[in-house]
Amino acid sequence: MNKLNWLKPRWSMLPVFIFLLIWEMAARLGLIPGHFFFPPFTAVLQEFYHLTANGVLPYNFLRSLTRVLIGFTTGSIAGLLMGILMGYRETINKTFHPIFSLLYPIPALGWLPIFMLWFGISEILPIMIIFICSFFPILYNTITGIKTVDKNLIKVAKTLGASERKTFTTILLPLALPNIFTGLRLEAGMAWRVIIAAEMVAIPTGIGALLMRAESLIRIDIVIVCLMVLSVMCLSFERFFIYMEHKLTGNWR
Amino acid sequence: MPAIELKNISNFICRNISLKIADAELMVLLGPTGAGKTTLLNIVSGLIDHEGSILFDGVSIDGIPVNLRGIGYLLQDLALFPHLDVASNITYGLKMQKRRVDEIKARLDEMLELMNIADLVRRYPKDLSGGERQRVALARALAPFPRVLLMDEPMSNLDPLIKEIITDEFKSIQRKAGITTIYVTHDQDEALSLGDRISVLNNGEIEQIGAPDELFYHPETEFVARFVGFKNILKVSIIEIKQHEAVVYINNECIDQPSKIRVKNYPVFEKGKEISLCIHPESIVLKRVNILVDSNLNRMMGKIVDRRNNGKNIRTTIDIGGSEVHALVPKALFDFKIHEDVWACFAPDAAYPLCGRR
Repeated sequence: MNKLNWLKPRWSMLPVFIFLLIWEMAARLGLIPGHFFFPPFTAVLQEFYHLTANGVLPYNFLRSLTRVLIGFTTGSIAGLLMGILMGYRETINKTFHPIFSLLYPIPALGWLPIFMLWFGISEILPIMIIFICSFFPILYNTITGIKTVDKNLIKVAKTLGASERKTFTTILLPLALPNIFTGLRLEAGMAWRVIIAAEMVAIPTGIGALLMRAESLIRIDIVIVCLMVLSVMCLSFERFFIYMEHKLTGNWR
Repeated sequence: MPAIELKNISNFICRNISLKIADAELMVLLGPTGAGKTTLLNIVSGLIDHEGSILFDGVSIDGIPVNLRGIGYLLQDLALFPHLDVASNITYGLKMQKRRVDEIKARLDEMLELMNIADLVRRYPKDLSGGERQRVALARALAPFPRVLLMDEPMSNLDPLIKEIITDEFKSIQRKAGITTIYVTHDQDEALSLGDRISVLNNGEIEQIGAPDELFYHPETEFVARFVGFKNILKVSIIEIKQHEAVVYINNECIDQPSKIRVKNYPVFEKGKEISLCIHPESIVLKRVNILVDSNLNRMMGKIVDRRNNGKNIRTTIDIGGSEVHALVPKALFDFKIHEDVWACFAPDAAYPLCGRR
């Protein structure tokens, strides 16, 4: 079995290095028109170091991270619990499905004006946006996960003596995990994308806000640092859930 | 193990089914798709609602929920839990019964040995072959000491070779364990070789219950006759009854010679009565028209209209004055051409009457 080989750095890193090299050369040699707005990669790295050393980047990063973690965790747990209830009990599904199908198409950022008026510019605002953005996909993935479990497995579990509760905890939930993880994985990255957008528009702290300030000061190097942090965080969150999924379901899938 | 009694079981498919299964008996439910076989198993296991009553050893179990009935259920697709390894699959029922750890371990070892699957213990279902899955599923069903074993076409996905081996193994395990079993299949060969008795189901009703030989030689209805392989059913009128033999007239105006045949006498025969006679295709012997046929044999003149290769045999269709007779002739003995005129012959004792309702 391939044991997490994909986690190790491999030849796939080579194109990235080549890309960075071309970037560096293009900027240094002034090959790009308007190269004033195009800092070389090493300058970006240098700025990254400065921002880290003077505490600006860690401060804003931690603000964003905290918001993502709180919003994502609460949103996922709420989505998971509601999804379990709706997947397991058809009456609950029938009650809530019409409401959720109306709310789901609204993009998370669409709630921003309402939340700004309701909560003001406070920490609750970005956390609520992330909550909304995480809740629905995990809700629907959990419902699908539970509903698509082979009915014969449930039938057999019952004849083997499993009660309703045991059937749920030993068969339904473990078999719904792959679907639940798909939801978690997609939303972990999405939460970062959405938080940056929310901070850019409405919040004075966080990576998104730093990005907007850098833009107004025409500091492209800082903008690129912020984008790189965002990219790495999206990727690591997604990878974390791929790893967890593999750990929990890799044996039998 | 309990004797099972079904009393007037009805639901959307089953119609007033009553059936008694003795302790340790292997009862086969045989019938085509949609006959209500699986529905009946689901009713016995408690998975679907029904009217009527189910008794284990004379005690009604109608109020007992499915998880407390003590049923071992083997499904057609086996439904092994994909997220559990072989050991956890087999011990699932024992864990649900909250048995002690050492007891579970001992039973697991016993099952692994019985099914000869000790080397698979840490594998997951996705890594098992068809035959291995079969054994694991049977071990899982038997492990929690079920009172009754229900099997829903469990062998239908196996290749013939493995199927034969596993069927034999299963039969001996079932005998040894003395567990009352209801076994569903649509395959008459499987039913005839496996069952202590067979119930033939059609349209939610029982057509006939009987031992394999009883069904094979004395089907009560045309449906049962066709299902156990009687391809030839002749409508005849009895014109004369002797001590051991009856002379009957084939009710087919197109047949001019011979219209009279002699068959073995059965108690159901009455002079003047119209009955149906069944003849297995293997009992029909084909002879050239210019060859003198043994006077003990009945013979009907016909023309070969179709021949199909069927492994060791040739499946032949003979047109006898407008009605078709089917014969199964060993390949080595078959040297006829299509459209050739032949005698289709059969011994008087090869014809069995349909003796039940028509």
